[in-house]
Amino acid sequence: MNGLMQHLVVTPILLPLVVSAAILVLDEQRRKLKRGITLLAVLGLIINATMLIVVSAKDSVPIVYLLGNWTAPFGITLVADKLTAIMLMLTGILALATLLYSFARWDRAGPRFHALFLLLLMGVNGAFLTGDLFNLFVFFEVMLAASYGLALHGGGMARTRVGLHYIAINVATSLLFLIGVALLYSVTGTLNMADLAMRIPAVPREDIMLLEAGAAILGIAFLVKAGMWPLSFWLTPTYAAAVMPVAALFAILSKVGVYIILRLTSLLFGDESGTTAHFADDWLYAAGIATLVYGIVGVLAARRLAIFAGYSIIMSTGTLLASIGMANIPVLTGALFYLVSSTLGIAALYLLIEPIERHHDFDEPAPAPEPVFEDEYLAYYEGGHEDEIGVVIPATIAILGVGLAFCALLLAGLPPLSGFIAKFAIISGLLGEGQAITAASWVFISLIIISGLAVLIATTRAGIELIWSPTESSPTLSIVEAAPIAFLLAVCLGLMLFAGPTMRYMEEAVRAIGQKNLYIEATMKTPSSTQP
Amino acid sequence: MEIVFALAVGVLTASGIWLLFRPRTFQVIIGLSLLSYAINLFILGTGRLKTDAPPVIPRDAATDPALFADPLPQALVLTAIVISFATTALLLVVLLALRGLTGTDHVDGKEHDKSRNLNQDDPQNHDQKQDDQ
Repeated sequence: MNGLMQHLVVTPILLPLVVSAAILVLDEQRRKLKRGITLLAVLGLIINATMLIVVSAKDSVPIVYLLGNWTAPFGITLVADKLTAIMLMLTGILALATLLYSFARWDRAGPRFHALFLLLLMGVNGAFLTGDLFNLFVFFEVMLAASYGLALHGGGMARTRVGLHYIAINVATSLLFLIGVALLYSVTGTLNMADLAMRIPAVPREDIMLLEAGAAILGIAFLVKAGMWPLSFWLTPTYAAAVMPVAALFAILSKVGVYIILRLTSLLFGDESGTTAHFADDWLYAAGIATLVYGIVGVLAARRLAIFAGYSIIMSTGTLLASIGMANIPVLTGALFYLVSSTLGIAALYLLIEPIERHHDFDEPAPAPEPVFEDEYLAYYEGGHEDEIGVVIPATIAILGVGLAFCALLLAGLPPLSGFIAKFAIISGLLGEGQAITAASWVFISLIIISGLAVLIATTRAGIELIWSPTESSPTLSIVEAAPIAFLLAVCLGLMLFAGPTMRYMEEAVRAIGQKNLYIEATMKTPSSTQP
Repeated sequence: MEIVFALAVGVLTASGIWLLFRPRTFQVIIGLSLLSYAINLFILGTGRLKTDAPPVIPRDAATDPALFADPLPQALVLTAIVISFATTALLLVVLLALRGLTGTDHVDGKEHDKSRNLNQDDPQNHDQKQDDQ
């Protein structure tokens, strides 16, 4: 990889950062300009991710980018392989849909929405790309800081109350992250992930306990973010209180936690890691099963769609964690497919919630926040209900109903949509290869099927209550709200139609993260560029 | 030195965790700050404790790493301090906003103990009161 192409690895971080800083300079009232610039940046990110997917499909060696031209393990490295490319693409698609949706009126609910939005994307992309643990911490913090702002976007008492909990929990979690990083550093003397993978098999016997403790504490930090039971009680109320496009974008945050767990367990504690190999797998499996059960109960108990969507995230985390705990390639391939499909489905559901519930008043509107700076634009509150911009499309209720049915099929994993293919792939991986099926596999399989049933029951109930019940005024839906939902569901349809090539690519991705020698070689042997 | 260091980290952590579980927002913030001090010290400790040792190795000197302090944990601590400083500032703003919106400094935005008992026989009244706030 030479020339300009190699910079594809760093642009997913630089582009949102630079654009975010640039639009911060613009006056808050020049909203159209800000929207346009942000939209262009997000489109740029999607093109970038597409190119990375194409480039990384050619061979299984990860692309390494040395920041500041310092060779690993001394400098900062960014590493992009197939898994990273998939996650970057998923982030881009989610960002495009939620950004378009926010144009309806949500970006006017408070100041500096677009800058925070781009900063969040920068943090998420950085967490996917980084090749060392400390930069992971930094990108994680960037992501969290932006998410604090976005969670509080729009203000109001409910958001401030859960926002305080959200911030306090995440600050405490970051401290756990630091303890874990420090312990790993004290045992191995490095924080570069490739270097760590090289040194962990050689850790002396008396230090193994310290190493595993460090890795476990580090893991807890990501599991809190991913929403593992019993560390997930913050997730549902926070996401339900946030404005819906933000909640939809937050669906990727829990996947960041899952991604890092997957990356670290396969790279640091894979097959060739000596005595520590697979030390966390049983724990991850047990945690995944517990989370799945908690998600199922929560989904059945949820009376509001926003709460239901929160528990769907928890259920999806449970399925993914249990799959990672299984540590076998067919299961992980199915899990990766499931990750993409369920994230898109949950995001579409969050976007659907507001139009569906718009005419069933559950709570009072939030009071208008006071402007802090003079340029802050508060027309959303001053203008009242003239905010339904764009073309209003007819037969709204039918469209919303179809959308909800789509989401239900996706999340429940019923044929013919991509959710079915994903769950089928996981189950066939658990049953496959002619070996005896363990009790753990049976528990997991039955829970996957029960979770589908629970989703179906909950969405049917919500559909009856919200779609069929008569309201005084018929709901309105503007194109700018319907288009992102349709886009997300269309991507899921695309996943279903092109399931063959997608699955093959994902299987290669899963195989590649298992081959840690490739990762180590690519990172440690990349020479610093000699060009001035 | 190790004992003093370990005691300092331990006492800070214990006080921080205790305060973190208190019901008042200000206690939570102080708890988080104490915890972050403890962890900054802890990170510094992972570079092995050493006094009077420079962290930067001169270019021409004979390099015996044992004579130098580990610079990496120091860099990590600097980053961690900046980040925890910023998030604490943000948390303070949210604390003040919540105090302004709800009129109480309880972390849940409402009092759980006495005022609740007073209103317990009349849940309607209690809900009404919340809405008014």
